Amino acid sequence: MSSFNRSTTRRRVLKGGAVLAGGAVLAPTVFTRGAWAEAFRNNPGDAGSVTLGFNVPQTGPYADEGADELRAYQLAVKHINGEGDGGMLNTMQPLALKGNGILGKKVEYVTGDTQTKSDAARASAKRMIERDGVVMVTGGSSSGVAVAVQSLCQDMGVIFMAGLTHANDTTGKDRRRYGFRHFFNAHMSAAALGPVLEAQMGKERRSYMLTADYNWGWSVEGSMTQVTENMGWETVSQVRTPLGAGDFSQYITPVLDSGADVLVLIHYGKDMVDSLTQAVQFGLRDKQVNGRNFEVVVPLYSRLMAQGAGKNVAGIYGSTNWHWSLQDAGTQAFVKSFGQEYGFPPSQAAHTCYVQALLYANAVESVGTFYPVEVIKFLEGFEFDGMGNGPTLYRAEDHQCFKPVLVVKGNENPSSQFDLLEVVQEVPTEQITYPHDLYAGDLGPYDV
Amino acid sequence: MDSLLLQLLNGLDKGGAYALIALGLTLVFGTLGVVNFAHGALFMLGAFVAVSVNALLNTSKQIRDESITFFEAFIDQPYLEIWFGETGTTIIEWSAPIAIVVAVPVMLLVGLAMERGLIRFFYKRSHAEQILVTFGLAIVLGEIIKVIFGANPIPQSAPPVVAGAAPVGSWFGLSETLVYPWWRLIYLFCAFVIIGAVFAFLRFTTYGMVVRAGMADRETVGLLGIDIERRFTVVFGIAAVVAGLAGAMYTPIVPPDYHIGMNFLVLSFVVVVVGGMGSLPGAVAAGFLLGVIQSFASIGAVKEILPGIDQIIIYLIAVLILLTRPRGLLGRKGVMES
Amino acid sequence: MASITEFNPSTPKRDAMIMTIFAVAVLTAPIWLTPIGANYPDLLQRFAIFGIFAIGFNILFGLTGYLSFGHAAFLGIGSYAAVWMFKLLTMNVLVALSFGILVTAVFALVIGFVCLRRSGIYFSILTLAFAQMSYNMAYSVLTPITNGETALILETADPRIIDRAILGDAKEALPSPSLFGLELTGYPAFYFCAVMLILAFWVSLKIFRSPFGLKLLAMKSNQNRMLYTGYNTKPYLLVAFVISGMYAGLAGSLMAVTDPLAGAERMQWTASGEVVLMTILGGAGTLIGPLLGAGIIKYFENIFSAVNRTQLGEVFGFLPEPVADALVSISSLFVGEGWHLTLGILFMLVVIFLPGGLMEGFSRLAQWWRRRRETSATVGDGAVQPSE
Repeated sequence: MSSFNRSTTRRRVLKGGAVLAGGAVLAPTVFTRGAWAEAFRNNPGDAGSVTLGFNVPQTGPYADEGADELRAYQLAVKHINGEGDGGMLNTMQPLALKGNGILGKKVEYVTGDTQTKSDAARASAKRMIERDGVVMVTGGSSSGVAVAVQSLCQDMGVIFMAGLTHANDTTGKDRRRYGFRHFFNAHMSAAALGPVLEAQMGKERRSYMLTADYNWGWSVEGSMTQVTENMGWETVSQVRTPLGAGDFSQYITPVLDSGADVLVLIHYGKDMVDSLTQAVQFGLRDKQVNGRNFEVVVPLYSRLMAQGAGKNVAGIYGSTNWHWSLQDAGTQAFVKSFGQEYGFPPSQAAHTCYVQALLYANAVESVGTFYPVEVIKFLEGFEFDGMGNGPTLYRAEDHQCFKPVLVVKGNENPSSQFDLLEVVQEVPTEQITYPHDLYAGDLGPYDV
Repeated sequence: MDSLLLQLLNGLDKGGAYALIALGLTLVFGTLGVVNFAHGALFMLGAFVAVSVNALLNTSKQIRDESITFFEAFIDQPYLEIWFGETGTTIIEWSAPIAIVVAVPVMLLVGLAMERGLIRFFYKRSHAEQILVTFGLAIVLGEIIKVIFGANPIPQSAPPVVAGAAPVGSWFGLSETLVYPWWRLIYLFCAFVIIGAVFAFLRFTTYGMVVRAGMADRETVGLLGIDIERRFTVVFGIAAVVAGLAGAMYTPIVPPDYHIGMNFLVLSFVVVVVGGMGSLPGAVAAGFLLGVIQSFASIGAVKEILPGIDQIIIYLIAVLILLTRPRGLLGRKGVMES
Repeated sequence: MASITEFNPSTPKRDAMIMTIFAVAVLTAPIWLTPIGANYPDLLQRFAIFGIFAIGFNILFGLTGYLSFGHAAFLGIGSYAAVWMFKLLTMNVLVALSFGILVTAVFALVIGFVCLRRSGIYFSILTLAFAQMSYNMAYSVLTPITNGETALILETADPRIIDRAILGDAKEALPSPSLFGLELTGYPAFYFCAVMLILAFWVSLKIFRSPFGLKLLAMKSNQNRMLYTGYNTKPYLLVAFVISGMYAGLAGSLMAVTDPLAGAERMQWTASGEVVLMTILGGAGTLIGPLLGAGIIKYFENIFSAVNRTQLGEVFGFLPEPVADALVSISSLFVGEGWHLTLGILFMLVVIFLPGGLMEGFSRLAQWWRRRRETSATVGDGAVQPSE
């Protein structure tokens, strides 16, 4: 492995690595960055190919989501290398990629299993960086993993393009110079859902919140409470539920005679599938409280979750980053090439991962170097279009993408097995934008 | 008060599931002396018997979906509906009860195969090795299911008649708002029936009597010329059926995925040990006890005083019981103590 | 698991030889692990750290037969303690390590005192209960201390009182854990862990050979007899439990040293189960076995999970296309997302064919080879054999 003795540590590059009998002796060589702009970690140099690292959950509860992310990445690699029909390369604006790899180098990839655990995800990312010599790590399906891998990548000086991560922390408190998030976040979900819920359910509602008891849940709970209370709703109760409870009945029965008429289920993945299924079984959807129909809201929706909950999602509101049924050119190009390749439409996780891979490749192509500092500077404040979400901005201050958010509803009469969600409204960017210092955080330095 | 009644029902319901799983586990402990880490996998297989039955009934003709223009997509129309119309739809809707019936022979076969094919070679081996081999088996079974059915949970529904909630409140002359899902009531009822059946089998049949004698003193029973091995094989089969039924009936409550067995595994061990090793009534009592306590610990008022208590209550109770009663609730001396 | 745990009249000379071979093998790991793709700092560190964890677990389980199902709690506690030292006082690893081990020892003492009141499976479930409570609390309610799901990480704004007092205000970038100025990342961090592993192994060897170790073994075979001969077994068991917990604390602190982050899932029952599996897989009660088991499980987790279809395609590329495709399809079930399947099959095969774990297999192999050599020696040219 040629990258074996290129073990670059922070502020110091350990060069050499002559392996002697009885133990390896590593001779440290210190030099300054300015004189060696090309001496960054995993510089592909004159190699004919460049490696990206796709770090997705392959085992555990999010394995299917991870599999979909991986499909999207494989498709992105094809398109960047000029194979297939090109997908969003046909619609992306502005576009520097030429369909001959990145800077003429063929794109290759390695994969790893995050297991949706911080430790495993970091171990996997380290393997990619230390052994496989990747220039960029991307993927993941939870905020805990995203924050953990992002801070690792900052330390290692390798760019991280986050996959699915929804907590405010990723680009808030725990934002990092080397980490970028295309996916939307809890704050945006709440801001987008607010007006729609107000229009659909009125101003005088009493909400009951069941929240997954960890960082992501709390950040969504905070954002949802703020937005709903601002429009006049009253919060009856906020109950924290343990992760992976399986049976949520003991948390659902108190809702029945609490006087609440809206249940906000702040769960993700399997937890949401379970709690929603059980809430419907307890007859909440058929209930009348305070003379109004009882409603259930799921702030973060995904197609895989809707599949898991089956018919129970009918009529339930939530938000997503993207949906395959959108009619813009970028979405159509992507869905077409994904559908032809795999026989079903992509999930929002697949979309965000595909876009992230393309954005990185395009940034490198634009600045003409893999040197991460230049790539970061290019992506900061980068404005683009034609990627399925309309005009989008990568905000420089916190590396969060700003674009319209979709408010969706579980389809009451699905016309096909994929037609689970219908788009209620595309909430414009202005409405969900917030000041970058709302959540205090520090990106950290460019040079590491 | 009203909500306490519901929490009691929740607790009994949970307890029913715990008790069913613990019952099989402790049967295998008590008779075969095997620590079976694959017992959760049997629960999971039972759940996937239900998924398979549903999938079979839903075997469909693929009709091109014209509404999707990007690529070739298909709408599924089940053959049962094509052939029998309304009747077919009804059959599909009743897949959960059908699955429960199917699960009995299937799980019996699975249990017998597992015992003959693997477990019987481990009777004389150390507990550590039993743990390793059955844990390996549990992983393998889970992964096979993952390859076939994927990792995403698969929704199963109860028949429409019992899909909604029963007006429990009005039955007892309490508030109208008190409702409880029919299927959960059925689950509870079935749990009682199955537990009763297992106990009756062991208590009132000669077959069961020999098994109980074997649990107490295997050697003597063997000396009497009784083929205790074969009886124990059947016991393993029964344990598999009980676990499988618990799993199959659970599918409308929690959409199953390949990991559902592992989630129950640790908990079921806690239940068995709290009940006391080698004691069937102990396992059942501990199952219901822990279920009810867990439900009551989740009440908002309790959580306000002790935040997070609902997340640790089961383990806390387990510690307290094991420290005050050395062998759990009803454990026998000397079983699995060294 | 008989051969090595039985009273073994070992000479100091033989032990010195074992130690030398062991130390050389560990320090040259980067060389001999290169062909199997495992030579990169992170995995090497992990081998060493989980080796320490398993060796420590084996002191309890292998010697006393007490099966703790909650050992991962100590791993987590060690990590949290170490990261807090990095945050509050200094990036010097020795401070973090000592504090990590100390805190773990206190926890192990308390938990051990309670759990050792029971034996057998009752003991296992008590340890499991404590670990699960720690995990659940760390994940949610104790978030102010543990940072919950996102895991405890270093921040530029951390106080680091000692470092600031000596070096003045921190620079913009996050500092790395260091040993008096030598930054411990990459290979240096591995060698640091390797030295710790050698030390840990040496201590474990000494314990196995000591009268204390023998008493523990005697308790394992028959605790009643020990009681009748007038030994109060409880203190010995508690000491073994605490030592074993401190090993886990050392491993946990080292995890924080090589990667300054502490997450709650480190304490989950699956992590406790993992070390049990490592020990049994390698051979409980043997000196090297647990280390071997740890290596194998970590290797599968990190290397097998990273193989994908493209790479398989390259491996089988020399074959005719239909054959290659079929082989890729079949083998892809066992790598990448299927690495759990391979691990499960491995567990079953080892325990079915090698009762007593891998070490048992090796000693059988050695026996067979010795026997074969003996027979061939008598049949063949016996005269060549040097006379002793």
